[in-house]
Amino acid sequence: MRTVCVVGAGMSTWGEVWRKSFRQLFVDAALEAIEKSGVDHLDSLYIGCMSGGLFVHQEHLGSLMADYLGMAGIPATRVESACASGGLAVRSAYIEVASGMSDIVMASGVEKMTDCHGDDASAALATAADQEYEVFHGATFPGLYAMMAHAHMAKYGTTRQMLTAISVKNHFNGSMNPVAQYPFKVKPETVESSVMIADPLRILDCSPITDGAAAVILTTEEIAKKLGKPYIKIIGSGAATDTIQLAQRADMTTIKAATLAADRALRMAGKTLKDVNFAEVHDCFTIAELVILESIGLYAPGKAGAAILAGETALDGKFPINTSGGLKSKGHPVGATGVAQVVEVYKQLTGQAEGGRQLKSRPKIGMTQNMGGSGGSSVVHIMEVA
Amino acid sequence: MSQFSSRSWREYPQRYRGEASKFTKSGKTYYPPRTIDPETGDKEQTLVKLPDTGKVLTYTVIRVAPYQWGDNAPYGLAIVELTDGTRLMGQMADVNVDEIKIGMEVRVEFRRIQTEGHSGIISYGHKFTPKWW
Repeated sequence: MRTVCVVGAGMSTWGEVWRKSFRQLFVDAALEAIEKSGVDHLDSLYIGCMSGGLFVHQEHLGSLMADYLGMAGIPATRVESACASGGLAVRSAYIEVASGMSDIVMASGVEKMTDCHGDDASAALATAADQEYEVFHGATFPGLYAMMAHAHMAKYGTTRQMLTAISVKNHFNGSMNPVAQYPFKVKPETVESSVMIADPLRILDCSPITDGAAAVILTTEEIAKKLGKPYIKIIGSGAATDTIQLAQRADMTTIKAATLAADRALRMAGKTLKDVNFAEVHDCFTIAELVILESIGLYAPGKAGAAILAGETALDGKFPINTSGGLKSKGHPVGATGVAQVVEVYKQLTGQAEGGRQLKSRPKIGMTQNMGGSGGSSVVHIMEVA
Repeated sequence: MSQFSSRSWREYPQRYRGEASKFTKSGKTYYPPRTIDPETGDKEQTLVKLPDTGKVLTYTVIRVAPYQWGDNAPYGLAIVELTDGTRLMGQMADVNVDEIKIGMEVRVEFRRIQTEGHSGIISYGHKFTPKWW
């Protein structure tokens, strides 16, 4: 397989973006990525999107997005794995370049979630769970993660303060990210007095509903060098699935798909977590970030909470997590999230992170962990400075 | 979204009668029924009826509910392990939501679950109630 590089990244405005349509969000992100990379064409396009159909009644995204990017004619593929759609789009583009099939491929993600009523958006998101045996009984996504939280609290003594620290940290990081939907700091007491959604999770434990898009250009090292723009290498890609129903998992306090995806990506990269300097992980809920850090092996089961409280995962900690603000502060346009995680690692590794959130430790290797549903799928990438 | 009744009645054997797959090699039971034992790959199975008692493995209280249950919130939602080891999710009923606990013993009861879609099909299935005897 050929070495694959990321050269150029773009992001649309993120938030409740009433003035931009589904297609315009994509075009904004895609054009920025093309401009920053200096490429003059695309051989192929991947679009991660969970549910254009349910959010805005639009499918056939390959045609629509290639068309409005002014590139009708190129092959374009829409990729879906619920909230991990973006990560899987990056992986698909990676495979296409690595295989030699194409030289210049865009991996993008987009979701337009605020053109419909909140009830309908929640119902669309709920399709990432088992419709007949979870959603049928009244499960919601906050509810599923809340059940993981109660199980984790009962097994390991995980506390409210540990979850609060994750929300406070991610909002602090996001306060420095110009594209973040909620770029402000929150106080612990604000998190702990925010409205209860599904016990023990409060609104400030939950990622928001967001409109947004992200895009990166993947190409060979030879072309990346010729373009003369900052680039990084993707050295590992791992993906995995698990049962769609939370109830069917032997251990509800860990996410096996994340464990498998991380192991596969690290093995492919020939690295261990000790070689990795920082990560963007899928904090759709505060408890998710805590469980993921244990699932990928950064901390032993039950040990992540204390490490988070000690500041180990802060911007100036020994293993910064979610320097972008994570899904919590930056926003979570589900199909775009996995691509935006790669955008953040690209910025950090090329020294381009804005607003004072650039890591001062001169990181060499970064990781992204994207997740679908309650952990039914996960995609991990390992990236290294060129 | 409009839905045809076939989507509901197809599920009646498991939702109304609690039918589940018991695989021969592993002896494990799965709900709802499935073709292949995910642990052993075994296809040889018998349909069994789920036991009607178990205990709460984990739970939450849904306070912001999907529109079908807007009037019911807050309600408890639990993952229960039945006496034969089968696990399933369902709502808690006839209980003060503040009294739901991990380890709580429950009974599986046949209840009205929701009215589905624009066609308004009334759907039934299991809910869990505290075991009081």
